[in-house]
Amino acid sequence: MELGGCFVGLRPPRNDIFDMKLRSLPAILFLAIFFFYPLARILALTLEVSVLTSANLLLTSRVLSFTFYQAFLSTLLTFLLGLPAAYLFARFDFRGKSLLRAVTAIPFMLPTVVVASSFNALFGNRGWLSFLFPLSSFPQPSPFTLILLAHVFYNTTIVIRIVGNALTQLDPRLEAAARTLGANPLQVWTQAILPGLRMPLLAAGLLVFLFDFTSFGVILLLGGAKFATLEVEIYIQALQLLNLPLAALLSLIQLLCTLAFSILYSRLSAQMLVPTAPRPSTARRPRTLVESIYVASLCFLLSAFFVLPLLALPIRSLTRLEADRGERGEVQYGLTSAYYSELFVNRRGSIFYVPPVEAARNSLTYAGATVLLSLALGFPLASALARPGRVERILDPLLMLPLGASAVTLGLGFIVTFNRPLFSSHFSLLSSPLIIPLAHAIIALPFVVRALQPAIAAIPERLRHAAATLGASPWRVWQNVDWPILSRAILSAATFAFTVSLGEFGAATLLARPDFPTLPVAIARFLAQPGGLNYGQAMAMSTILMGVTLLGILSIEKLRLPGAGEF
Amino acid sequence: MKKKLPSAFRLLFLAFCLLLSACAPVPTAGPVTLTIMTHDSFAVSEDVVAKFEQANNVKLVFLPSGDTGAALNKAILSKDAPLADVFFGVDNTFLSRALDADLFEAYASPALADIPAEFKLDPQNRILPVDYGDVCINYDKAYFAANNLAVPQSLEDLTLPEYKDLLVVENPATSSPGLAFMLATVQHFGETGYLAYWGQLRDNGVVVVDGWETAYYTNFSASSGRGPQPMVVSYATSPAAEFLFADPPVDEAPTASILGPDTCFRQIEFVGILKGTQQPALAQKFVDFMLSADFQNDMPMQMFVLPVNTQATLPEAFTQYADTASASTSLDPAYIAANRETWINAWTEVVVR
Repeated sequence: MELGGCFVGLRPPRNDIFDMKLRSLPAILFLAIFFFYPLARILALTLEVSVLTSANLLLTSRVLSFTFYQAFLSTLLTFLLGLPAAYLFARFDFRGKSLLRAVTAIPFMLPTVVVASSFNALFGNRGWLSFLFPLSSFPQPSPFTLILLAHVFYNTTIVIRIVGNALTQLDPRLEAAARTLGANPLQVWTQAILPGLRMPLLAAGLLVFLFDFTSFGVILLLGGAKFATLEVEIYIQALQLLNLPLAALLSLIQLLCTLAFSILYSRLSAQMLVPTAPRPSTARRPRTLVESIYVASLCFLLSAFFVLPLLALPIRSLTRLEADRGERGEVQYGLTSAYYSELFVNRRGSIFYVPPVEAARNSLTYAGATVLLSLALGFPLASALARPGRVERILDPLLMLPLGASAVTLGLGFIVTFNRPLFSSHFSLLSSPLIIPLAHAIIALPFVVRALQPAIAAIPERLRHAAATLGASPWRVWQNVDWPILSRAILSAATFAFTVSLGEFGAATLLARPDFPTLPVAIARFLAQPGGLNYGQAMAMSTILMGVTLLGILSIEKLRLPGAGEF
Repeated sequence: MKKKLPSAFRLLFLAFCLLLSACAPVPTAGPVTLTIMTHDSFAVSEDVVAKFEQANNVKLVFLPSGDTGAALNKAILSKDAPLADVFFGVDNTFLSRALDADLFEAYASPALADIPAEFKLDPQNRILPVDYGDVCINYDKAYFAANNLAVPQSLEDLTLPEYKDLLVVENPATSSPGLAFMLATVQHFGETGYLAYWGQLRDNGVVVVDGWETAYYTNFSASSGRGPQPMVVSYATSPAAEFLFADPPVDEAPTASILGPDTCFRQIEFVGILKGTQQPALAQKFVDFMLSADFQNDMPMQMFVLPVNTQATLPEAFTQYADTASASTSLDPAYIAANRETWINAWTEVVVR
């Protein structure tokens, strides 16, 4: 810690290859054109002073206080599960580790309505638990409890990835030394581990809090009509009541809150650099009994919490719960593959039919483009932000705004901004498939930067100097010093961008893309119509989405990056 | 290893260039394009579309643009540079709002001759009726049979103790069938009386959820979700869909609609030609086509709505399971537009706070 401050204070000569004055320019331009401009246009177009009535302000303050309250509680609970899990994945090796790690990331991109169905398939009063244990009764949790649970279910992966990655980079000898000096486990945590984790903890905390703060689907679906966050109220005002001025006011408040959080974050994180050295994985098999119990019980908890609901989905896609022909009342359970085979048939000859392979391909193409785009923009930006000058200090908090911007408002902003032909009369960005990865990259960029920035900042300058002194070219220095430390962070950034795109976050949900329907779009189409076959096909399609994501995450993690893991 | 790294970056650069080059305009060749903006529930058969495209040497592009409110908002916000030539999906609850925004060109299609007057809500023909559907309460036949419970016959019956905790409805602030059902109660009990009625429903354990998908697939007991409530606010055509899309096939629909005085609310959907279209003649042809028997016959199986054209024929499952004419009600669109927000806010205060 002391040492780190010393290095930053010295401002040593820079010799990394991305040391160009303009490296943050592409990202700044990108955000200016595709985020700030459309947002400013829609707000300027719809915001009116007349909206400041006492009734509206009362509504605003009620919604705002609930938004804060649930986001605070949700973040707290997410860390309660996420921190031990991050420690588990960073420090221990056990069978099925990478699979379990990948599984915790799946909820992040599943459509909310699918998650609700899978919870229902598991806990519902005709779900698997009541089928397997017919005599026991499960108390129905309250809507508010369900909201909190769902937020933990969705966001734990953020803590696992960001804090867990930092934990692997942290020197385990510090802990060992502390233990040797007689520290008890609590002291080891508070004195040896946590100080080195402050920045990643803050980064994860900010992301989780922002996601809970702007929560939409979970609140809408699980909260009944009783609870509304700012984002839900914006949606109701803008798209249901067509009250755009009030929606604009709420969006502005949400934006200002986000800005306040991220300024706070930037201030706090500015003095928290901890230099870390590239080191081999410190994960090992549990040795003592306590460690074994820790690993086993946490694995059990995580499996129960993540795997069971997710497993309920594929099981449901292969079973039918219809009453048999002619019989009434009793539900018959049976296995069927009809929902999958039906996916390949355009039974009604609909023009909107999409074969599952094509939907998966579209989803993956968009996700791949989002990963490339957000890494290409995010990496130079993150390296600029890691050693900030004056411009970067101002830029840093602004970067988080896309996570706090209302998806509905931004989507409408896209429409008023990009509905005119660009470049030539034949091309309009709004009707082009390009708009989708662009919109996804807006949301993915803050993730990518927040995942990369701590890692870049943590690269010890003295290693660079040493390499340079020994005659290494800047490229060589980057290759042998920066890259081994960064490769894990890059992977985790890529995973975030990938899942953000597959889950169709943000403004993209409001943009039409008739030519290339994705998996979530196909799921929504099936769920929008009644009938057992439609429901079954939605479950089958959701299972495919889950499988595609799982494979995607696993293969990104398994990707043998050159130079990684060579120590 | 040394070589791999630069090539990875070259690849990244290449991909970025590709992405940029994809921005370059592609000259369009062949037939002209007619764009139709719709809500997400729109669907049509390939061969019906092909027939129109061949007859008029045109390429039809459909732009699904979210639910009705979202699609209408997009049309209004992009009014000065419209994204489409034709807009389909305005319903009678949004009708006044759409007309106030001055989005549409008037067009008195000759096909209107085959459409009953009750559907033509705009005398100037800026928007023309295409389909209608009734929002009704569906019930789980098996549940009522197994529990020897009589099916409720009216809105009033739903407040009786034997139906406690048995009904799930959608929030009118976030759901179109939810709004329709609330409007049915406004029509039946009056602007002041409906709140007292909802107070009784609340005390009788009515469950409120965000939208149709949740209500039908998570809460309703006769759908594949196997939820806890045997009564749900859905559509009159849902029982027909349950019959047609049952797996394995069934002999009769597992659900039916409650038909009593004002228990169903009629939704009518309209099409209009957007002002500023470059192809007014083609747009008019397309509107004629949507009102023609070809398109109207295709609609029930694609969108689960009923044709307004009296020349159209219904599939058998619909005549058998989706007949509600006797029970449906409606309200004047201007009256709805003027009070929508007030009614919803008052409803929210009574039912969920």
